[in-house]
Amino acid sequence: MFIEQLINGLTLGSTYALIALGYTMVYGIIQLINFAHGEIYMFGAFAGLLLVSVFGVNIFVALIGAMLFCMLLGMLIERVAYRPIRGKSSRLSALISAIGVSIFLSTLMVLLRGTNTTRYPEIIKIQTYHLGAVDLSSLQIIILAVSALLMIGLQLMIQRSRLGKAMRACSQDLDAASLMGINANRVISYTFAIGSALAAAGGVMVGIYYNAVWPYMGTMAGLKAFCAAVLGGIGSIPGAMIGGLTLGVLEILGVAYLSSSYKDAIAFGILILVLIIRPQGIMGQKITKKV
Amino acid sequence: MDALLLQHIDAYYLHIMVLIGINIILALGLNITTGVTGQLSMGHAGFMSIGAYTAAILSVQLSFPFWAALLCGTLAAAGFGFLLGLPTLRLEGDYLAMVTIGFAEIVRVFFLNFEPGGKAVGLSGITEHTTFSLVWLMAIIIIVLNVKLLNSRTGRAFYAIRENEIAAEAAGINTTRMKVLAFMVGAALAGLGGGLYAHYMTYIAPQDFNFMKSIELLNMVVLGGMGSIPGTILGTVVLTLAPEILRVVAEYRLLFYGALLVILMIFRPNGLLGDVRWYDIRKRWFSKKEVS
Repeated sequence: MFIEQLINGLTLGSTYALIALGYTMVYGIIQLINFAHGEIYMFGAFAGLLLVSVFGVNIFVALIGAMLFCMLLGMLIERVAYRPIRGKSSRLSALISAIGVSIFLSTLMVLLRGTNTTRYPEIIKIQTYHLGAVDLSSLQIIILAVSALLMIGLQLMIQRSRLGKAMRACSQDLDAASLMGINANRVISYTFAIGSALAAAGGVMVGIYYNAVWPYMGTMAGLKAFCAAVLGGIGSIPGAMIGGLTLGVLEILGVAYLSSSYKDAIAFGILILVLIIRPQGIMGQKITKKV
Repeated sequence: MDALLLQHIDAYYLHIMVLIGINIILALGLNITTGVTGQLSMGHAGFMSIGAYTAAILSVQLSFPFWAALLCGTLAAAGFGFLLGLPTLRLEGDYLAMVTIGFAEIVRVFFLNFEPGGKAVGLSGITEHTTFSLVWLMAIIIIVLNVKLLNSRTGRAFYAIRENEIAAEAAGINTTRMKVLAFMVGAALAGLGGGLYAHYMTYIAPQDFNFMKSIELLNMVVLGGMGSIPGTILGTVVLTLAPEILRVVAEYRLLFYGALLVILMIFRPNGLLGDVRWYDIRKRWFSKKEVS
């Protein structure tokens, strides 16, 4: 029973982690809470739905298609709504702009599809494997495997590739990085693309797992994922992964052993407790204030 | 007086005017916490719901007089403001924002499961006490008190914390006390606004105070110009009217609202009145008079 709940928690947590990565990467470079990120996740889920139900592709093609679509969406949002403000004003105005984009996108989807919940067509046969006393569905295995693969891929890209190096440089010091010949605007644009692609993957998998997509699905998922990013220490990529998994596991365990009507309060309660004990999050570095 | 107004002015316009008045009280509260002191709070609706529910439950179930209920709601919200202000001693920037979001969500979930508050159905049958003249009387008192506060020693300490916390501390300001105080004053005004709102709408439900409500209030403060009282009032008026005016475009309303926020931020990144300096305007006016 406990191990099953743990696996349910890890499944949910890995989707939180995928969304949280987008928040933390963008935050690490331009210190912006990208409030539209939850809506990108929602658009990813719908893009996957469209590919599956209209074109009848399999789950992996749908995943890749949704990721590509959201890459473009993320870059477009950055170009239209964030770049014109960047560097000219306080971070709060960029935040308001992000909120504007978020309202715009969710309303757009309501206009396109209505507020009703759409079910995902059954695209993979869900088998349940019995490993000893533990039940494990094939869908859970796919979600865990795909998330793990994406996170390892991201980690490799950040640590090994030229773009990853540029991203790390930009997150340390954007001005110094541009002086060293890094095209900061392009790096930021790619950061949005990568973060959005990860969120789209999360969206498609959540849509299939819970068999439901609706235009406001991004709001709560976005808040929880942001919560996960802060829990892990915002700006830190391993932190977002750990924060997401921790949050998912604790939330499922809380629902199983405490009360289901307080589901949404559990995540935030944990967050507040962790931050009171450790204000910089689990993996975050303590920044000493300089005069 | 309200009966007289109702005879001459359309009830719909009066309704919007009342909402503007309530929103001004709420936004001025958030302006003190976020605009003036610079502590980003994204959970203002949480305080508002504490004030609204406390006042409503007291007047519906324990039949408190309106004024006493309103006062209790304000004090309850201020108390929670104090509790939430405490972690701000250690948290900064976006960590603090996350805690305030979390707080407001916990409050919402609590009221969703709170028996005396009618759970998810909400609380109805609240007597209507809030009228146009009452709201605007309160709003004007709050505006005057805000101007007084921000021009006082305490208000200048708030601004100093926003500009540079370390320098403020070096100048002898007890930053912890001031930050908690800013949170408490902001929360108290939110509680007052919530109480007025409950006694105006006569019905409240947890979803009235969700995350979007907090964001709406934050938009009012940032759009008008952070820390500026005229700016906050202008932002509140614009953003309360915007959804009503945008009714022309029917279901595209929120689409335009979202786009409006982005466009306003691109062209006026510091808010509508954010970089207007009242001192300059006053000087220009007076010097013109002297010339003529």
